[in-house]
Amino acid sequence: MEQVIANGLFSGTQYALIALGLTLIFGLMNVLNFAHGQMFVLGALFAYTIFNHIVELGWFLGMTPWLGNILTFMVALVCSLVFLAFVGALFERFLFRTVIKRSSRDESTMLLAAATAFLLDSLLPMKHVFGELSHSLPALVEGSLTIEQPWFSDSPFSMPLAKVFIFSLALFLIAGFMAFMQYTKPGRAMRALAQDKIAAQLMGVHVDRFTMLGFALGAMLAGGIGALMITITNIGPTAGSSFSIKAFIMVMIGGAGVVGGAIAGGFVLGMMESIVPTLLAPYDLANLSDLIIFAALMIFLSFRPQGLMGKPWG
Amino acid sequence: MKVKPHSESRLGTWYGLAGLVLAIAIFYFGVPALIEQDPMVYSRYYTTLSGIALLSMASAGVWLTFYIGRINIGQGVFCLFGAYISGILVVNYGMNFWYSAIWAGVICSLLSFLIGLPILRLRGVYFAMVTLISTQVANLVVQNLSITKNGRSFALPMPAALTIPGTDIVVIPAFTLEGAAVGFYFAAITLMILTFLGLYRLVNSRIGQLCKSLQQNEELASSLGVNIVWLRLVAYAISCFVGGVAGAFYGAQQANLNVSLFTVQDSVNFLLYCFMGGLNYVVGPLIGTVSLRLGWDQLSSTGEYQLTIYALVLIVLMFILPNGIMSFYEESKKLFAKFSPAKPQVASSGSKKTAAKTAPKTSKRRK
Repeated sequence: MEQVIANGLFSGTQYALIALGLTLIFGLMNVLNFAHGQMFVLGALFAYTIFNHIVELGWFLGMTPWLGNILTFMVALVCSLVFLAFVGALFERFLFRTVIKRSSRDESTMLLAAATAFLLDSLLPMKHVFGELSHSLPALVEGSLTIEQPWFSDSPFSMPLAKVFIFSLALFLIAGFMAFMQYTKPGRAMRALAQDKIAAQLMGVHVDRFTMLGFALGAMLAGGIGALMITITNIGPTAGSSFSIKAFIMVMIGGAGVVGGAIAGGFVLGMMESIVPTLLAPYDLANLSDLIIFAALMIFLSFRPQGLMGKPWG
Repeated sequence: MKVKPHSESRLGTWYGLAGLVLAIAIFYFGVPALIEQDPMVYSRYYTTLSGIALLSMASAGVWLTFYIGRINIGQGVFCLFGAYISGILVVNYGMNFWYSAIWAGVICSLLSFLIGLPILRLRGVYFAMVTLISTQVANLVVQNLSITKNGRSFALPMPAALTIPGTDIVVIPAFTLEGAAVGFYFAAITLMILTFLGLYRLVNSRIGQLCKSLQQNEELASSLGVNIVWLRLVAYAISCFVGGVAGAFYGAQQANLNVSLFTVQDSVNFLLYCFMGGLNYVVGPLIGTVSLRLGWDQLSSTGEYQLTIYALVLIVLMFILPNGIMSFYEESKKLFAKFSPAKPQVASSGSKKTAAKTAPKTSKRRK
């Protein structure tokens, strides 16, 4: 049971980070960013490329292998974060802003978002970009955390230390983001914008600047968790759209545009994906678990559209 | 949501009717004549075009849900179910395909009542997301039922002949392997024209006006005595009926059903077709589907760059015509107003539009 919960928590943090970026973009701009999963993939593969380049350059060769690995990864992670923030800012500045200003209804941006998703989907697997293969990085930390006698179950609990390391990094990212939103001036401006655009504008918030910052941050979070995840699993260049759909679902569970809700939604979905198959396994129904999860979510959302923490009608 | 007044009724005028007749003539005679010029090269267009006609039908359903102010990303559900219902009726129960397609539509609209009753209360992004999830649910349902062969290949026979009940008079002859593409083309074109004429009639009827009131302000409409619950259920049911019939025909045309016939991506595509065509025009979904699908098909010769070029064209189109292809007329008028100061009345209407544009968008987003 501990194993299941730990796995749930782990995928929960991953999902929460993806959902955070999406909900931030949605809250600020009212854009359903269909390309969010693609940002995740872009971040992952960019970090992979940088990592391999640094290894080729031999920057951290003199150190013990594990420290060298971690330092290399940290550099790659930072590069990927910066790159994704840059891409997000470009997307906002040159695509979404223009279309929002020109179009007569907000929903038109859905078409643009889908088009950017198509664009990334087609560009990423190209020969000169990342290629069609899926990649993963070597585990950063060797060994695993084992508890011989857990509290609830008889089977021993074990988790690779690499996962624990990534988990703590992800938690750190979430905490950093929350602190940024809560205690800094740009964070406050973005929260104000999400609450009421016009009032924020009247209070002197520079709408364009902070929308751009928000989009960049959202893309950055997606890319960051992508870079973290590629040390654990294989990520292929076309995996993006399935992550986008999942991210939408998480955002809806928590409540659209609510930062806390996105985190809750991510953990709820992660937990469900981990627990439901285990519960169903004795009855030989494990392959139904996806159906049950999605159907349950649909019923939940039909009766509580605002999700766990949102306000009715957004 | 900002709403533009619906374009004035054009079919009532003589040039509107002439355009309709011209379109019908092109679909029934012009296109086949072009294809027959070199059947070896062009005959594949029968299949492509009938597919486009059926998809545009399904998009018309999505358009109708837009008309009552709902963003529908769930049309794939009803297309998929329609295809499978028709397939099951034909294969397992030996029903004639033509009847089974109608049954598919009827069952889909009954289903839409069940689904619609809870979810049609939702609005905006909430409705969109629930319908998006519903497509995923539908796919998983098909994958987990034995009657649909777990979503793996489900072969269908060619449609049998349709006779008038009780007599031997053949209305539609049985499809043969060689003639199926042409047969499906004419069937699809007929259905598409019927759908769009019906949609036009519906939008310009009293119910259409009431639907529009839903798009603008549901509370106000309700307070004026419009039965909004019933109205949106009816609109949704019509939309799903159309989707089911289109799905049934699409499946029969493919002659082989599987779960990837309609996925989440297709549901999103229907939405894109509507946006691309223009949401303020009845023919919007038709124009959008034809231009995007045909364009996609034509780009297949570019191989690996197909999706890239498609995406770039979409982005560029969003820049030039953010309100859809059909807004070309209005945009060009605006452009003319910009360059010809001699017409002050046009210029002033243009400035009114920009004034309305800078007014706050009615998003009630709260954190």
